[in-house]
Amino acid sequence: MTRFLRQTWTIAAKDLRTELRNKEALSAALSFTLVVILLFSFAFDPVSNVEVRELSGGLLWIAYIFAGILLLNRSFARESANDCLDALVASPLSGGALFLGKAVSSCLLLLVLEMASLPLFGVFYSVNWTQNFGTLLLVLVLGSWGFTVIGTLFSAVTANNRLRELMLPLLVFPMTLPALIACVQLTTVILTGDPLGDSVAWLRLLFGFDVIFTLLGAVLLESVLLA
Amino acid sequence: MSASAISLRGIWKFFGEYPAVRGASLDIPAGGIVALLGRNGAGKTTILRMIAGLLRPSRGEVLIDGAPAGQQRHAASIGMVGHGQWLYDDLTARENLHFFACLYDLSSSSEKIDQWLEEVGLWSFRDARVHQFSRGMRQRLTIARALLHAPPILLLDEPWTSLDDRAMDFLSVLLLRARSENRTVVVSSHQLRETLQIAGHLAVIDRGRLIFDGPNRDEFRDAPHDFYQRIT
Repeated sequence: MTRFLRQTWTIAAKDLRTELRNKEALSAALSFTLVVILLFSFAFDPVSNVEVRELSGGLLWIAYIFAGILLLNRSFARESANDCLDALVASPLSGGALFLGKAVSSCLLLLVLEMASLPLFGVFYSVNWTQNFGTLLLVLVLGSWGFTVIGTLFSAVTANNRLRELMLPLLVFPMTLPALIACVQLTTVILTGDPLGDSVAWLRLLFGFDVIFTLLGAVLLESVLLA
Repeated sequence: MSASAISLRGIWKFFGEYPAVRGASLDIPAGGIVALLGRNGAGKTTILRMIAGLLRPSRGEVLIDGAPAGQQRHAASIGMVGHGQWLYDDLTARENLHFFACLYDLSSSSEKIDQWLEEVGLWSFRDARVHQFSRGMRQRLTIARALLHAPPILLLDEPWTSLDDRAMDFLSVLLLRARSENRTVVVSSHQLRETLQIAGHLAVIDRGRLIFDGPNRDEFRDAPHDFYQRIT
């Protein structure tokens, strides 16, 4: 188990270090998120329109999932330079550790992006995102994890595909739909300051989704890479 | 030389309809240097990749120490120098070796990494990122990466590519040292002279078929191109 966790962290640390050095995906994803938040705020004028604020959870997640796709596109594409994916497959690294390492690094990058964009979102949408921040953070973590585990698996599937930038969103969005619906519902409730109440069921769905697809991805990745 | 470290049993590999390897059978003895020779597209790289567990044969089987290749327990016993070099451009030389040391769970990896960086002549470039390296420097780091975990089996695909004369001599010394340490080395190359100087056994592949399999001889070493033309 210790070896598995060490290998997982080795992969995640390598990906984070590489990304923080060249900022290839992170800068593009962050710019995209900020532009989307900014543009929608001008289109809907959320300051004077309360109903638009109720849409803000959906707007936020639209920005996050498209930005997330930019991050996930690089996840396994990063390994195609110098055939590094072969090095990983030929090494004693387990498929599960590779999957989790990749998912952890992508999820951390997505969370960094989310944390960086929230203050701007709060200003432009007149939303007090710091109220119930703990619950909001929980939803962001669970939602981002669910999205990145599915994305990581399909990033491996499309790694050697010439049309991977096109294929990845086509594969990921339908699969993550239940998790994304849960995220939008929960985020809207949290941002409008309503009590969670019945929405706890969405939280349970999100948690179950994460557990199922994390296990599935960890088991399937090796077969995907050798297919 | 003793029992077979690697056995190919009638292996075929199809890419779509195209058979890249056609029923090759070969026993590679433990503790020897075997040269895989053949023209471009003969199937040498495909065979090496099947031994490394990176490809599965379409038919037949590849055995390593008597067990089917591709199992995780074989991964630690194989070191490979492939076409792609398997290095991360945005990491430094030392970080690259450290990453692979972690994957192979090496103890006291820092000393081993420093030792290999010295040995391949990259000590003064240890903290430079690989994207700044020349092709030859990358190849030397690739060799260090493949040998870092002291694998009993070494698979080398065109290892002399881009090396200067001094580095080529150094690699030949490394391979002879590997043989004296009883490692099994399979090397595919177009550098006939260098390959025939060190190989104890030759296997020639032509369009996916094994057309020669036998011990290396002085007459081959003396006139490598005559040997090759006679065979193919």
